[in-house]
Order: sequence, then C-alpha cells, then structure tokens
Amino acid sequence: MKLTFRIIVIFFISIKLYSQNKTFPSASSVIKKIDFNMLSKSQIINSEMIVYGKRKSRTIKSRGYSEGLNKNFTEYLYPEREKGTKMLRLDNRLWIYSPSTDRIIQLSGHLLRQSLMGSDLSYEDMMEERKLSEIYSAKIVAEEKIEDRDVWKMELTALVDDINYFKRILWVDKQMYVPIKEDLFAKSGELLKRISFYNFKKTDGRWYPRKMNYKDMLKNGKGTDFIVNEIKFNVSIPDQYFLKSTLKE
Amino acid sequence: MIRFLVKGILRDPSKSIIPIFVISIGVMVTVVVSGMIKGILSDIVNQNANLDTGHLKIMTKPYADNKDQLPNDLAILDLSILKESLELNYPNVDWAPRIKFGGIIDVPDKNGETKIQGPTIGLAYSILNKESKELKRLGIENSLIKGEIPKSENQILISDEFANKLSLNPGDEITFFGSTMEGSMVFEKVIMSGTIRFGTPVLDKGSFIMDLTYAQKILDMEDGAGELLGFLDKEIYNPIKAEEIKKDFNKKNANNLDEFAPIMLTLRDQNDLAPTLDLMDLITGIFILVFVLAMSLVLWNTGLMGGLRRYNEFGIRLALGESKPKVYKFLLIESLIIGSIGSFIGTILGISFCYYLQEVGLDFSDELAGASIVMPSIMRAHISVDLFFVGFVPGLISMFLGTALSGRGIFKRETARLFKELEV
Repeated sequence: MKLTFRIIVIFFISIKLYSQNKTFPSASSVIKKIDFNMLSKSQIINSEMIVYGKRKSRTIKSRGYSEGLNKNFTEYLYPEREKGTKMLRLDNRLWIYSPSTDRIIQLSGHLLRQSLMGSDLSYEDMMEERKLSEIYSAKIVAEEKIEDRDVWKMELTALVDDINYFKRILWVDKQMYVPIKEDLFAKSGELLKRISFYNFKKTDGRWYPRKMNYKDMLKNGKGTDFIVNEIKFNVSIPDQYFLKSTLKE
Repeated sequence: MIRFLVKGILRDPSKSIIPIFVISIGVMVTVVVSGMIKGILSDIVNQNANLDTGHLKIMTKPYADNKDQLPNDLAILDLSILKESLELNYPNVDWAPRIKFGGIIDVPDKNGETKIQGPTIGLAYSILNKESKELKRLGIENSLIKGEIPKSENQILISDEFANKLSLNPGDEITFFGSTMEGSMVFEKVIMSGTIRFGTPVLDKGSFIMDLTYAQKILDMEDGAGELLGFLDKEIYNPIKAEEIKKDFNKKNANNLDEFAPIMLTLRDQNDLAPTLDLMDLITGIFILVFVLAMSLVLWNTGLMGGLRRYNEFGIRLALGESKPKVYKFLLIESLIIGSIGSFIGTILGISFCYYLQEVGLDFSDELAGASIVMPSIMRAHISVDLFFVGFVPGLISMFLGTALSGRGIFKRETARLFKELEV
C-alpha cells in the first residue's frame, strides 16, 4: 500500500515538473535575451524626455553616447536653459558640466538619488546599465496577458549589494524577449518605481522600446515619458567623448 | 497691631526663621521653574514664528500637504495680487514671502572642479529690500559670526557650522546646484559674504540665506513664493487674533475650486506646536498647584511644631482674657507677615537666578544635535512681570493655609488645664 502511494506521488511530481519545464523556459536564458535586446557594446541615442509637472509639462531633448556598461556621455540640446549641459559617467562617478557657470560638478553618494531635472528618474536610474543576468537571480513565476500579449511574470532578486532596487518584477513579452512592464522594489518590499515600455521596433536584430514611462510611485502624477527618436547599436564612438577634460569643449 | 506683630517676629526670630526659610526656598524654586518654562515656551514660539511658521502662514493646499518635501512646483504664484488683497483685508499684519529650497553647495578647486560639497537647504528672505522687516525679525545682525550681511543679490550667508565644514571664508566664491520650481537644473555662482548662527541645530547643520528676489529669479519663481508668512501687530503672537484671521481667510477661500487655492494656518497648527504649548501650560499649572499643596502641608507641620513650642504663650494669652478667635486672628495675620517676608526673599532669589539663566542659558546643543524640528539649542529663562506673583502669591497662601490648619489647636486649649500646667 505504502509503495503504491509513493509511486503515485512520484508520478504526479514528475508530471508537474515536466509540464513546468515545457511551459517555462529557463529564467536565466530569458534574462540573457533581455540583456541582448536592451544592451549593446555601444549606443548612440537621440531622445526626448517629457516631464509631466503639476502645472505644466517640459520636454528635454538630449543625445547620449554609451560604450560598454561603464561609460556614458549625454549632451542636452533643448530647451534653451538646459542646452549645452553635459553629463559624463565613468563607472560609478558622475560629472555635470554647466555652460552658464563653466563649472564641472561631481555628484556622488546619496545625491545621486535626487531627481534628474525634475523627472521621475534619478541620476542613479540613468547610470544603471549593468546586465540583469549578472546582478539578479531570476525565476519565472507565472504566465499572464498584458494588452493581448502573452508574457512571463518574472521575479528578480539582487545578487549584489550595491544595487538601486533589491527586487524587480518584470512582465516579459514571450515573442520579443523585452519587458513590457517592470516594478522596482526596495529591500523593505516597498514599490518604488514602475516602468512601462511601449512601441517596440526591431533594429539590428534587437527589439527595443521606443517609448518608456517612468513613474515614481512615491509621488503623484503621470510620471515621465522617455522617447527614443533614434538609436544606433554597436557604432564606433571616439574616446574623447568619455574624457572629463572634453566636457568644457 | 501689625507693628506689634512685626516687633514680635523680629524680637523672637525662632518662631519665624524656619517658615521663612521653607517659603523662600519653595518660592524661589517656583519662580525659577516658571521663568524657565516661560523662557523655553516663548523661545520656541518666537524661533518657530520667525524662522518657519510665522504667526500665520499661507501656502497652496497641495504645498501644505507635502511641505516637508519643499515642493516649490506647488508654490503660490501671482503673489503680489494675493499680498495686495491681504494688506487690504488685514492691515495690521505684516506679510513676508519666503522660499525654502534644497540643493548642494559645491566648492571649486583652482581648476574649477569639485573640491568639497554638501547638501543644503536654501532660505530665501527679503533681506535686500529696505522696507522689509525680515532682517530685524530674524536678528541676522546679532547672529552674524563672520563677515557681513549681503549687500548685493549674489551674496549669501551660510550657517557657521556648515561653512567651517566646507572650509569657507567670507568672500569665497561657491556654486549652488539645485533645481528650478519646474525641475530644471540651477547652477549659480554666489559669494559667501558671511556666516551666521541660527541657534537651531536643524538649520545650523547646513543652511544658507539668500535674498528673496534673487532666489525667485534663479528658481524661475517670479512673483511666486513657497510660503507667505504673516506677523501680527508689534510682532507679538496673539493666538485668538491669529485664529480669527485664519477662520475669516479660509472661509473666504472655501469655495475656491482652484487646485492651487491658498490655505492659511496659524502658528499653533504647525510643527506640532499646539500639543507642545498646551502640554507646557498644563505642566506649569500642575507645578504651581502641587507647590501650593506641598508647601501647605510642610507649613502646616511647621505651624504645628511652632504651635507646640508656643503652647504656653497661647495659654497665658487666653488666661489673660484674650478670646480664642482673637488669638487665632493674630496668628493668621502673623502668618501673612511671615509669608510675605519669605515670599519676598524667595521671589528676589528666584528672579536673580532667572536673570542669570536668561543671560547665560543652558546649552542643549549636543542633546539636540539630531533634532529635525525648530528648537532653540540654548534654553533660556524669561523674566516677565507675572514672575513676581507666580511664587509670591502661592507662598503667601500656603503659609496662611498651613497656619490656619495648625492654629485650630487654639480652640481646643482649655484655661483650666493651663493653670494645672503652670503649677507644675
């Protein structure tokens, strides 16, 4: 009797495991595909950021250059007040150049958590370009549908300490391997930010969202739209873009 | 009769020395504690009013809801129109617009790059406008530690503690990095004209003062302000008057459907001051009540002991034909004289101590180092007219009550028993 019961239990567990394996691919392979789509050796991106304020909205245009995961240079083009402002990130250091004062200011520590130009993004958000597969352990927890698209709901937990968000929940499109929605949590479990991704286009074999909405969940409002007008992957960028001395040029 | 009693007290100090000593000490303690509580209360009220709350404060409703985040995107706009209407409706109130804003102070090295920096809170007051009372109200001149008061718009005053941390000296050029009311980046080169001591740890840690008009310009807040503070006539806080104005103003704006409609608060409505002020008032009241009761018990006991010592005296006076009520009445009048002497000495001693505590104060800087509310770091006593009565009257009453209770023994004294005692 006991033996029969054991065989039945083992049979059902095997079926369950088999069915899970069939439905869900390995979480790490999904994350690696997301990394492939969202990150590249180098990028040049023309974008605009629409900050929805309480009284009025502002549009900020910029051109960004990034190489690898540790070098990023952004030049602000519009509006007039921000025109000529430049930001350079090398590893975890950030410098801002202001043409009106001809000064380079370095931001570090908790100042990096401040809002970037009144938006729902922080300087830290802008700086975070590490591969998800290297800093999070992932598991697929469910299958869902978002706006008629089949998605996997994934739960990512931090593997490293120096990280902005301890936990992320991603809703990943099954066909494109890109997140459609992302919730970012603090270690305490508090939901800090929500990112919604829209308008995906394939460029150089990568699916990439052309519009993102960042929403600081601790603030009221519509959040901040980040619109990608043009993006080039794996292009050669001169080294001088990533030199502090060229910020003033 | 009083002359006779005074002579008696002076010629026989043994019957008055202990009550006078007890009353003096009690009255002195009452005066010092009351003076200290009054001083701390009035310092808290004045410091909060001048630095933060005003006697009245107007903000937009959403700004008031999030005011700890310094949400200047929700600030009052069209300030001059609002101010004009307030001056018309409440002519005895002085209205002072202010802006609080966050950012960092960045000190450059010789190459113009960051040498040292720190987070800061900017406080924009109308300090260059000669018609404004802000300079006097904030006591900036007296709080100046180094340098001078700003004379031009790009000059600022930095809290002395913060300036020392950044190794700054008057005349040094620094950069303020922050954001406008809409969130654009602000980089502004300014000159530190001097350093100041606010006397409040939360501000001394890292604040600076900038002229309001200049702040409005760099923060894109022309004709705007985060807060509009109102100060009542002669700069004296009158809670009843403040409440009346608040009710009237908020009633007039009750039907304003604008999301950014103004709302008025009184000093008591802010910074949890209402429970603090009520609690301190209650503590003062309880302290005086407990003092009167405790002193009455002590003096009752003293009176009983004195009564025992004067047992024979009362007996002889009764034997000589004085009536019991008359002896009792003399005893009560005598108690008032002794109470007056003790209370007078206690009041003088108490006022002297208060004067010392008013001038020197007690330094609580270390204990308040991490405080996030506006509190004076040096607690001082405050001498006011009522301090002359706050100990004197209870001192007198307690002596009178003590004697009245112990003196009841006179009515139990029997003349027949006295003769028996005298025979012995």
